[in-house]
Amino acid sequence: MGKKIVIDPVTRIEGHLKIEVEVKDGKVIDAHSTGALFRGFEIILKDRDPRDASQITQRICGVCPTSHASASVRTLDSAFKVKPPKNGRVLRNIILGSDYAWDHVLHFYHLAALDYVKGPGTEPFVPRYDGDYRLDEKTNQVAVNQYLEALKIKALGHELTAMWGGKGPIVQGMVVGGATAIPNREEIAGYKERAGKVVDFIANTYLPTVYLIGGAYKDLFNVGAGCKNFLSYGVFPLDDRENAFLLKRGVYTNGKDYPLDVKKIKEFVSHSWYDDRTTGKNPAQGETVPLPGKKGAYSYIKAARYKGIPHEVGPLARMWITNPVLSKQANRFLGIDETRDVRMRDLGEKAFSIMGRHVARAEECYLVAKALGQWLDELTPGESGVIMKPVPKSGQGFGLSEAPRGSVGHWIKIDNSKIAKYQVIAPTTWNASPRDDKGQRGPIEEALIGTPVPDPENPFNVVRVIRSFDP
Amino acid sequence: MKITRRNFLKVCGGTAAACGLSNLGIPNVVQALEKALAGNPPVIWLQGSGCTGCSVSLLNSVEPDIAAILLRIISLKFHSTVMAAQGELAMDKMYKVAEDYAGKFYLVVEGSIPTRERGRFCMVGERQGREITMLDATIEIGKKAAATLAFGTCASFGGIPAAKPNPTGAKPVTAIFKENGIKTPVVNVPGCPPHPDWMVGTIAYALTKGLPPVDEYKRPLLFFGSTIHDNCPYLKYYQEGKFAGSYGEEGCRLKLGCKGMETYADCWQRQWNNKVNWCVRNAICIGCVQPNFWDEMAPLYEQTTG
Repeated sequence: MGKKIVIDPVTRIEGHLKIEVEVKDGKVIDAHSTGALFRGFEIILKDRDPRDASQITQRICGVCPTSHASASVRTLDSAFKVKPPKNGRVLRNIILGSDYAWDHVLHFYHLAALDYVKGPGTEPFVPRYDGDYRLDEKTNQVAVNQYLEALKIKALGHELTAMWGGKGPIVQGMVVGGATAIPNREEIAGYKERAGKVVDFIANTYLPTVYLIGGAYKDLFNVGAGCKNFLSYGVFPLDDRENAFLLKRGVYTNGKDYPLDVKKIKEFVSHSWYDDRTTGKNPAQGETVPLPGKKGAYSYIKAARYKGIPHEVGPLARMWITNPVLSKQANRFLGIDETRDVRMRDLGEKAFSIMGRHVARAEECYLVAKALGQWLDELTPGESGVIMKPVPKSGQGFGLSEAPRGSVGHWIKIDNSKIAKYQVIAPTTWNASPRDDKGQRGPIEEALIGTPVPDPENPFNVVRVIRSFDP
Repeated sequence: MKITRRNFLKVCGGTAAACGLSNLGIPNVVQALEKALAGNPPVIWLQGSGCTGCSVSLLNSVEPDIAAILLRIISLKFHSTVMAAQGELAMDKMYKVAEDYAGKFYLVVEGSIPTRERGRFCMVGERQGREITMLDATIEIGKKAAATLAFGTCASFGGIPAAKPNPTGAKPVTAIFKENGIKTPVVNVPGCPPHPDWMVGTIAYALTKGLPPVDEYKRPLLFFGSTIHDNCPYLKYYQEGKFAGSYGEEGCRLKLGCKGMETYADCWQRQWNNKVNWCVRNAICIGCVQPNFWDEMAPLYEQTTG
């Protein structure tokens, strides 16, 4: 038996999470992740007008509502049998892509950075763990200044979301059949000007700072590997048939690449506070029957599995599967000649780590931010982006998208023009899941195994591993 | 009551610009507020059955910006999304602040409070081996606060978790206080999410002048005094009987499902995200500041009034 450390609440995340680790000889030997909130969205959605789903599900997560909107409207598109016109598809990309631009910045600076950078000596920056802050005073001050500057970038990024989303957080501009706005030249120019500042910050401040912190905490490229299986639904469709994506669709299991087969997704509840009779179902047949206090269970999060195997989702998963060329910052960091292309997989095993996740997130942020400019050029000013269709009497479908923090999927069944069944698998259902029916740990639990904890009073690396997933 | 610059200034007094109306052109907002305050008042920000969207919206405050609010105006002692501390260190801090500043600190609640299963549908942390639910925390911290600001529709009215069939027995702050005999005054600042100005403006008003005048739902009249519809830039279309049948068509949005008629908020004037846009311009108002709007205004995309 090792020493038990309970971290409850895990702060600087979205939602309510508790992590319990067991430490022996200075290393984590076991971990349990507890999702501590149940609201019952799937139960609330039942019997409502299907179109309301794209509003209701945005309230699952106020940090990534646009991603739930995106999954939900795609779900409704499939059940209503409608494909958005070109402006609708492009506007949806721009609205969601805008969220990527500010959300990754928010995650790094405001959620994760305080585990590496010493904030000012006043609340909310104190109290804090003591010890492992490695930046020299001057560099630390630069990072603190960036924290404040990044707050402005976050607000500016949300102006991008709102330009055609209506407002942010929580958008009105995405509906079944497309996007509601008819963009004009003035808006496009206004977007371009703001996006320029955001891209500049990402390229010249965020990205280099991630590599700088990565340099100061080099050992953290060897900590927090996890299950090394990745899943991505694909996001940002590049054509109107919606088959090709900027960030690709695919699965990487036990070292091999596979195409995604949605039928292989199942949720298990043996260790979750839900009725055992609902275990092992694909979300198209899924049910939500909460049983708080169920014996042997320890979380409101179900265990989402692909082919019965735990898979990590999020920027590292998407970047590993897409394997794009990285910024020149990556060349400098790795000491590789700048004339050569460095791709995500060139990082090798180092990618499967705390710092690997931060690098993947920053590189992805840069990649998506650059794409925003191209999508602007694809908009046709003055043209509608929506096809309005009545609610069908019956139908079913699903919609897949990617939130900045990972894969998000919605499933619907419509009867009598009402929602008969709605199921959601959010990113954290994958990453922060508890053990499944076979006893396999979830990705965060697995990533914690082996994590060095030299000082149990200040378990820096434990919270660094957790936050690298952006739960 | 229509909110003009004149009566806004009247209600807000010298701190008008602190209420986030950057277009009022009063310089040195932060300095004005700082001067009005003796030391940064302590704030505990509790999150229950919510989505963090209210906090994310607060971060978009333009004037004063969020850095000024955090570093120079209030002393944010506990906020799960931004604080450096975690675990017992964070929970100890919260209870210590409530003790040390009893009757002096402000409690902000974001999210509703589930009551079924003794509140175990939302657990906010652990202290000395005791599991603390949102219900426990709202009662224990709430009774010691000088005032409670319920930010967002969930904390104000129950919001989405309390929508039919309310699987977790989610309730707003006022209901929890009433059931437990807690006399701490409550101001509701609804919205899903609330506009940052509504939150910052209410904080600024409370800190400088006391709790603001409110309507029957405890909403500050300053921001929730008249309907979207009565002030809507598209009202003339309604009067002419010209209705949009599709998004982007000229006309009143009523037949697309717009709930502006029943919705008391100043979005029409204030606009969102540094005035880039607002819900009705490209789409509809779903009535997110109204009590029970998820049930009473559904279906959102059908005409339900007028």
